[in-house]
Amino acid sequence: MDALNKLPLNIAAAIRGLFGDPHSIWADLTMTVIGIVLVIVLIVLAALILILLERKIGGWASQRPGPNRLGPRGWFQTIADALKLLGKEDVTPAEADRFIFKIAPMIVFALPMMTLAVIPFGMGMVPIDLDLGIMYYLAISAISTLALLMAGWGSNSNYSMLGGMRAVAQMISYEIPLIFSLLGVVMITQTFSLSKIVEAQSTIPFVVIQPIAFVIYFIAGIAEVNRAPFDLVEADQEIVAGPFTEYTGLRWGLFFLGEYGNMTAVAALITTMFLGGWQGPGFLPGIVWFFLKVGIIIFLMMWIRWTFPRMRIDHLMGLAWKVLLPLSLLNILLTGLGIYIYQYVLRIGG
Amino acid sequence: MSDNFAAVGVLLVFAIALPVIMMLMPKLLAPNKPHAQKLIAYECGNEPIAKTAWLGFKSNYFLYAIVFTAFDVETVFLYPWALTFRKLGTFAFIEMFIFITILLVGFWYAWKEGALEWM
Repeated sequence: MDALNKLPLNIAAAIRGLFGDPHSIWADLTMTVIGIVLVIVLIVLAALILILLERKIGGWASQRPGPNRLGPRGWFQTIADALKLLGKEDVTPAEADRFIFKIAPMIVFALPMMTLAVIPFGMGMVPIDLDLGIMYYLAISAISTLALLMAGWGSNSNYSMLGGMRAVAQMISYEIPLIFSLLGVVMITQTFSLSKIVEAQSTIPFVVIQPIAFVIYFIAGIAEVNRAPFDLVEADQEIVAGPFTEYTGLRWGLFFLGEYGNMTAVAALITTMFLGGWQGPGFLPGIVWFFLKVGIIIFLMMWIRWTFPRMRIDHLMGLAWKVLLPLSLLNILLTGLGIYIYQYVLRIGG
Repeated sequence: MSDNFAAVGVLLVFAIALPVIMMLMPKLLAPNKPHAQKLIAYECGNEPIAKTAWLGFKSNYFLYAIVFTAFDVETVFLYPWALTFRKLGTFAFIEMFIFITILLVGFWYAWKEGALEWM
C-alpha cells in the first residue's frame, strides 16, 4: 500500500526528471499547471456526479424514483442536462447592468478552483502548497458574497435584488463563526499551512479535540454555500431563484457548477481541518481516504438539505449571532485553557 | 515556500481564462434571437412595475453590517495571535481576552438595543 501511496509522488518526480534541471522554473511551472488542470477536472467531475447524487438522494428522501430514464438507472441524466445547457440561448435582459451581469457567474465558477487548489489531497499531493493556506482559503471564499450581490444587482430585477441583499446579510453573518471556529485548530497546531495541519492529525483527528468547532464550522459552511435549510438566498417559493432569476443557458450552468464546486471545497476543508485529511488506516491509499471523508460530509449535507424545512430569516440571523458566535468565542477560550492545562500536566509528568 | 504565490498567479490566469473560454461555447452553439418581450425582467408574467429594481431596504441590513465589520477586524488580530499563541505566553493570552471582552461589551450593547433582531 505504501507503493500506491507514493505512486503520484513518483509520477511527479518522473515528470520533473524530463527537464534538464528538475527544480528549474519550467519544471515548477509544469507541475503547477498539471495540478491546476487536475483540480479543474475534479470540479467538473464532482459537479456531474453530485448533481445526479443530489437528485437520487432527494428521490430516496421523499420516496420517489428520482431520474431514471437516461442510461442505466438514469446515470447519464446530468450529462444530457449539461449538453442541453450548452445549446440554450444566453439572454441578457435589456435593463441589466451588462458587465456586472455577465461577470458574476464567472467569478462564482472561478472561486472553487482557487480554493480547492491549496487543499492537500494526499501525501505530498498539494497543487499549490501555501504557508498561509487557511488565510488564503478564507480570503478567497469570502469573495462569493460579492459575486452573488453582483448577480442580484446587475440583473435589475426585483427578485434578483432581494436575493442578492439576502445573500449578503446571511453570508456575512455566518462568516464570523466560520472564521472563529478554525482558530482553535490554529492554536493547537501553530501553523496556517494546510499540509502541516494534516500531518499534525496523524495520531488523532481534531474532531475529537475540537467537537464544538467542528459542529459550528459544519453549520456555518452549509450557510455559506446557501443550501437548505439556509437557502433563503434562492428560496424558490418566495423569490423565484434569487440572484439567478434572470440567468439562462450556460451562464446559469456556471452558477450551478460553482455552487457544487463550493460545496466540495467546504467539505474538503472540513476533511482537512477536522477529519485528518488523507490520514487513515493503512489498508487504503491516502487519496481514497480523503475522497471517502469528503463524500461522507457531502452526503450529510445532502441529507440535511432534504430533511429540514427552510429556516425563517429572523431565526437564521439569530442562530448566527446569538448562538454560534458566542459558542465559537467560548471555544477559543476553552482551547486556550486546555492547551495551558496540557502543558502544565506535561511539566508535572515529565 | 513563500514563492508559491507565483503559482497562485498562474492559478489566477487559469481561473479567469476558463470561464471566458466556456462562455465562448454558447456563442458558437446556441441560437441568439433577442426581442423586446424576451428581454424584460421576470416578474411572474406581469409587466415589470418599475424601470429599475432599486428597492428600499430595512436599516437592519446596515446594523448587521456594522457589527460584522467590528468582528471582521477582530479576526485580523486574532489570527496572528493564535499562530504565535504558545510562544507569547500567559500575558498575551489574558490580554487577548481583555480585548475580546471590550468587543463583547459592544456586542452586548448591540444585542440589548435590538440591532440583532430582525423586525
